[in-house]
Amino acid sequence: MSGAGVSDPAGRRGTPAPGRGQVGRRRRFHLSETLPLVAPSVLLLLVWMIVPLAMTLYFSFRRYNLLNPMLHGWAGLSNYRYLVESGALWSALLVTIIMVGAVLAITVVFGAVFAALFANEFPGQGIARVLVISPFFVMPTVSALVWKNLLMNPVNGLIGYLTRAVGLGAVDWFGRLPLISIIWIVAWEWLPFAFLILFTSIQSVDESSVEAARLDGAGPIAIFRHIQVPHMGRAISVVVMMETIFLIGIFAEIFVTTAGGPGIATTNLAFLIYQRALLAFNVGGASAAGVIAIILANIMALFLINTVAKRLDV
Amino acid sequence: MKRRSLAAGVLCWLIALAMFFPLFWMLLASFKTEVEAVQTPPLLFFHPTLRNYHDIFQQADYLAFFWNSVVISVVSTAIELVIAVPAAFAMAFYPTKRTRGTLLWMLSTKMLPAVGVLVPIYLLSRDFHLLDTRIALIIIYVLSNLPIAVWMLFTFFRETPKDIIEASRIDGAGVWQSIVNVLLPLVAPGIASTALLNIILAWNEAFWSLNLTAHDAAPLPAFIASFSAPQGLFWAKLSAASVLAIAPILVFGWISQRQLVRGLTFGAVK
Repeated sequence: MSGAGVSDPAGRRGTPAPGRGQVGRRRRFHLSETLPLVAPSVLLLLVWMIVPLAMTLYFSFRRYNLLNPMLHGWAGLSNYRYLVESGALWSALLVTIIMVGAVLAITVVFGAVFAALFANEFPGQGIARVLVISPFFVMPTVSALVWKNLLMNPVNGLIGYLTRAVGLGAVDWFGRLPLISIIWIVAWEWLPFAFLILFTSIQSVDESSVEAARLDGAGPIAIFRHIQVPHMGRAISVVVMMETIFLIGIFAEIFVTTAGGPGIATTNLAFLIYQRALLAFNVGGASAAGVIAIILANIMALFLINTVAKRLDV
Repeated sequence: MKRRSLAAGVLCWLIALAMFFPLFWMLLASFKTEVEAVQTPPLLFFHPTLRNYHDIFQQADYLAFFWNSVVISVVSTAIELVIAVPAAFAMAFYPTKRTRGTLLWMLSTKMLPAVGVLVPIYLLSRDFHLLDTRIALIIIYVLSNLPIAVWMLFTFFRETPKDIIEASRIDGAGVWQSIVNVLLPLVAPGIASTALLNIILAWNEAFWSLNLTAHDAAPLPAFIASFSAPQGLFWAKLSAASVLAIAPILVFGWISQRQLVRGLTFGAVK
């Protein structure tokens, strides 16, 4: 306050030095004013992150069964060892990886193709787009039950009727091809997500470069491969990562269709944890599986955070 | 210049109809009798009946489930906005050197898979007597969607000229006055789409609602799941209940599709 203004020879007419200093300071809020605005969010998320995480980690090294209060004490690595040796973990991991991988492949490939097709103008484009994205807004229990019963039921379902009509016979989808059936339903739910994001991204393709390529004789496939797909690069990686985070935890679709079966054919990590914890009341074993799920998700999360960080200009 | 292509247009419409078909088929089934719903060959033309909707509403429970869904999604969204708006305001207009790290850390909390913490959340809910209460789900939805809300609001706020906030500051407004009188009217559309996305996410959330509620606090996803029991398989009623459960959210989704991209990708795709 002592005087930048005073010693300023250019002289801001009518602006005395103290006033200027105060304005400069007053334009910004003090940290003491802005910190309380951010603090609640940060503190809540800190608790939300640390407490359950610490508990899961702790339980995973404990003997703890809700049905047997006599059982307690440290378990060392035995919860993990039991998981590994029983084979349930490997099967669940494999099911999880197949589900996530297959759904990702289907949704990203078709999402990109749909996005490129919808980049054309045609009558009713807006309505058609709304129809395509609708499945994403349907709650998972509805999607799964409608597919399982109305469409895929081998006796009364529509698909069974159609395959019989063309002489192929009806397939007992959830009995014979349980994993494929669930992948099919989940892909139908998430394809709109991939489409919506890739379509948004493809909108910003530079039209003049597409036009130039077209004049040079490039067909739609060449334009798709060499202009549109590279342009969607970041959007594709975001779709892959966001979907992975959600798909690792697919639960409701399995819960209402196969309940993890037949046998353990559709028991993914999420369902395994649910079974161990809330059906077998084995807190220790379920927590060990939980820790593994968290590690798996975090590998993907690292990539996602890096991608987002590049775009964040703060 | 966009190119018009008849072939692409026809293809797009075929895709659109195919993707929507299961929902259309469900809508049809909801107007059939139970006998017609399971009939082979499937009926495309029939005398529509409102019987199923009538029955669903007669079943006093349905409205209770619907009400649970409304309360849980609206209340959790409201609480979340109250917490997230000030945070996003401070970070968007007055970033410090820690803002970037804070935002990315918030994003990372979203990466914790729900199944990984099922056990502790279940036990905590039990110990605090919150099992099968709406409060448990409200708390969980506020916390799990908070990072999305902060991020989405942050990206909207960033697009608001900073000068306007600073001008109000010079005029002597306090933090809350700046937020309520100056910022909120400007970013109302952004806040509306953030609210819509959070309502959609809370409305459709199935993992926690299946695991933490039984009857009293069960929202619609859990109610619909009760149709999976083989002895309770009524396709026409299942369809009618489903139509009612998804209709409001479907409309919300259609309205806000464009802004949802921003929220669901944490601003990485706009």
